[in-house]
Amino acid sequence: MTSGRGNVFIAGVGGQGILLASEVLGEALLRSGYDVKKSEVHGMAQRGGSVTTHLRYGPTVFSPLIEPGTADLLLAFEKIEALRFAHFLAPQGVAIVNTQEILPASVATGREQYPLDAVERLRAVSGHLFLVDALGTALALQAVRAVNVVMVGAASHFLPLPPAAYEEALRARMKEQVAQINIQAFQAGRGLIPAESLSGAGGQPT
Amino acid sequence: MPVSVTDGVRLLSGNEAIARGAYEAGVKVASAFTGTPSTEILENLATYKGVYAEWAPNEKVAVEVALGASMAGVRALAAMKHVGVNVAADPIFTASYTGVRGGLVIVSADDPEMHSSQNEQDNRHYAAAAKVPMLEPSDSAEAKAFTRLAFELSERFDTPVFLRTTTRISHAKGVVPLGEVARPPFAPGFRRDAAKWVMLPVNARRRHVAVEERTNALRAFAETFEGNRIEWGDRSIGIITAGVAYQYVREVMPDASVLKLGLAWPLPDKLIRQFAAGVSRLVVVEELDPILETHVRALGLPVQGKDRVPILGELNPAIVRQALTGQAPLVRAPESVPSRPPNLCPGCPHRGLFYLLRKLKVTVTGDIGCYTLAALPPLASMDTCVSMGASIGNAHGMEKALGPAAQGKVVAVIGDSTFLHSGVSGLMDIVYNRGCSTVIILDNRTTAMTGAQDNPASGKTLQGAPTRRVDLVALCKALGVEHVYTVSPHDLDATEALLRRELGRAEPSVVITEAPCVLLPEHREQERPVFQLVEELCTGCKACLNLGCPAIEWTQYTPEQALRAGKKEKQKGIAPINALLCDGCNVCPQVCQFKAFVEVLR
Repeated sequence: MTSGRGNVFIAGVGGQGILLASEVLGEALLRSGYDVKKSEVHGMAQRGGSVTTHLRYGPTVFSPLIEPGTADLLLAFEKIEALRFAHFLAPQGVAIVNTQEILPASVATGREQYPLDAVERLRAVSGHLFLVDALGTALALQAVRAVNVVMVGAASHFLPLPPAAYEEALRARMKEQVAQINIQAFQAGRGLIPAESLSGAGGQPT
Repeated sequence: MPVSVTDGVRLLSGNEAIARGAYEAGVKVASAFTGTPSTEILENLATYKGVYAEWAPNEKVAVEVALGASMAGVRALAAMKHVGVNVAADPIFTASYTGVRGGLVIVSADDPEMHSSQNEQDNRHYAAAAKVPMLEPSDSAEAKAFTRLAFELSERFDTPVFLRTTTRISHAKGVVPLGEVARPPFAPGFRRDAAKWVMLPVNARRRHVAVEERTNALRAFAETFEGNRIEWGDRSIGIITAGVAYQYVREVMPDASVLKLGLAWPLPDKLIRQFAAGVSRLVVVEELDPILETHVRALGLPVQGKDRVPILGELNPAIVRQALTGQAPLVRAPESVPSRPPNLCPGCPHRGLFYLLRKLKVTVTGDIGCYTLAALPPLASMDTCVSMGASIGNAHGMEKALGPAAQGKVVAVIGDSTFLHSGVSGLMDIVYNRGCSTVIILDNRTTAMTGAQDNPASGKTLQGAPTRRVDLVALCKALGVEHVYTVSPHDLDATEALLRRELGRAEPSVVITEAPCVLLPEHREQERPVFQLVEELCTGCKACLNLGCPAIEWTQYTPEQALRAGKKEKQKGIAPINALLCDGCNVCPQVCQFKAFVEVLR
């Protein structure tokens, strides 16, 4: 098994493809020789509710759940969900947040307001915050469902794997034609975080 | 379905690992009723060659099918969520007496924390109550290994074997080494043996003797079973633990001495005493009920447990750390943000119906399925939800309790799959005992809540092969309900008129709402309209918001914004539709008296 370990907390809204994103990350880590555990909840939580995946890797992993305050990477597909689980971040942890807004029922029916100060609050929580427009990036590729793989691309700077590992993991999961679109989405997502912004945030020089 | 392949190891969920383990054990027949967190076991088993796998209408049938296969000499498996074991308890308790021929494994997938369940019962109690041994894996690799082992133990000790998981085993993934497929231990075939298979009292009394002898043999086995193991470390603390709690213990106290129990019942008394004697302080860390702790206490050993480990909900590393070390986690408080509960999908055929039930101000006895979400605001139109099929009995009971005052005021609502699972006998009761309740069956042609599984009314098998559909109208009529009507729930006027008429009827009646679940491919592949708000026509009355449709996104106005939009200053906002989310169900135009929602080209 490979040395190094990490905790990746993925948060979003049911229907955004979080399960697939965590599958690709887990698969890429496994293929690179890590022990991997990940945990998520299916069923009622998927009907447009808040969903999370805990992904852990290292030489050996015991708990499938991440402790609050110990996530090296928070990969959030929606701003409210980023805030909801921000307390899982480690003090030096990196947060990658999709700027997409998906209104919870209480907001869509006018009973509550979408937090207008979400970005400021996220900045206060994480010194290493990267805001990305994953939806816009996916739409530009005419692949609205690839928001999840765009996010994987952005996350790839902070995991100890070469881009080829993710591409292999994508190919292993889907037909070649679909994999091609997703590999483009991965590369576009990777491009959302320019190399010069990585210093000090633990980015990998891959 | 499992796709992660690297040199003979795969990243599998507990459920995928159980399916793989059963396949490697040479399982021939598997039956289950879908239920979170157990569903993927059968979905995965169905993909393996040489395995017959099916959805049964309920868990009792699933166990009876698996037992029948065992009687016929092949290895068999039944899988269910924790509450499903309640339904299947009748055959399980007597299968304990008959024993098996081919190995028989019953998977109980418990749901501590009730992520997707109506209670968080601890099914380890069933093992002692039914006198059926229970294996409890701690991760995916063990889930596979224990499944293989369960079949061997079943044949060796002539007993069904429980395999108990929890959500964090069932739906957590881990690295699993693959193995070869075992050869069947004997040739299939049923052998007559009335003393074993016919549980007349005269035979059952003898079999009870065998059960007690078997339990003694299993107790001896537990002492040397390698799944019950001591991991010696720092002897100032010794922790007895099992299941996923073992992982949390190893995570937060990597140096402690640990007794890890892979067999939840029966327990190894000598091993527990040996462990207790080797440590200065003994603690049990277990999720839910104090079952291990009570056993250790009964051995006369001083032990800590539920005085520090919560009895409610699931455990996690932070809770276990606090329980064992007294350290509260040093983390910031969670941010306060709007909650995001699950909701009925845009276009869900249940939405319009519950909107009408709210309007009709009736008492709604509800049931288990996606539609239970209609209990949440703004629909807030379900008044009870207890167990599979309970809506119908609950409605009948209310009607008998309240007499004429309940006439036309109580309605039972139940999904197609739930009705076939255990609602049919409730409806029979209404007819037989001269009730007059109205029952609404929501026929969306699938078991939607657990991810759109097929059922006897869907017309497809677990493998997607075409099969006969249960004719719900004919079934209800055969039970003696004279008034059975179908309607599209997307047509609010027709549905409301039918409901008013049937509620007023002093006889039993059934209304079947027919419209496919929006998650089904047959719906998704259909060309559908999309609706849009004509902003000039919207008065901000919020009537459409009572539907709770995720596609309708209320946009607040300040007085200045209202004036700028050409509205009256006091108009609070408008209700535009998010075209990315709209499913084109045509319900919102029917509730808008200003005709502000119009169909546009997709």
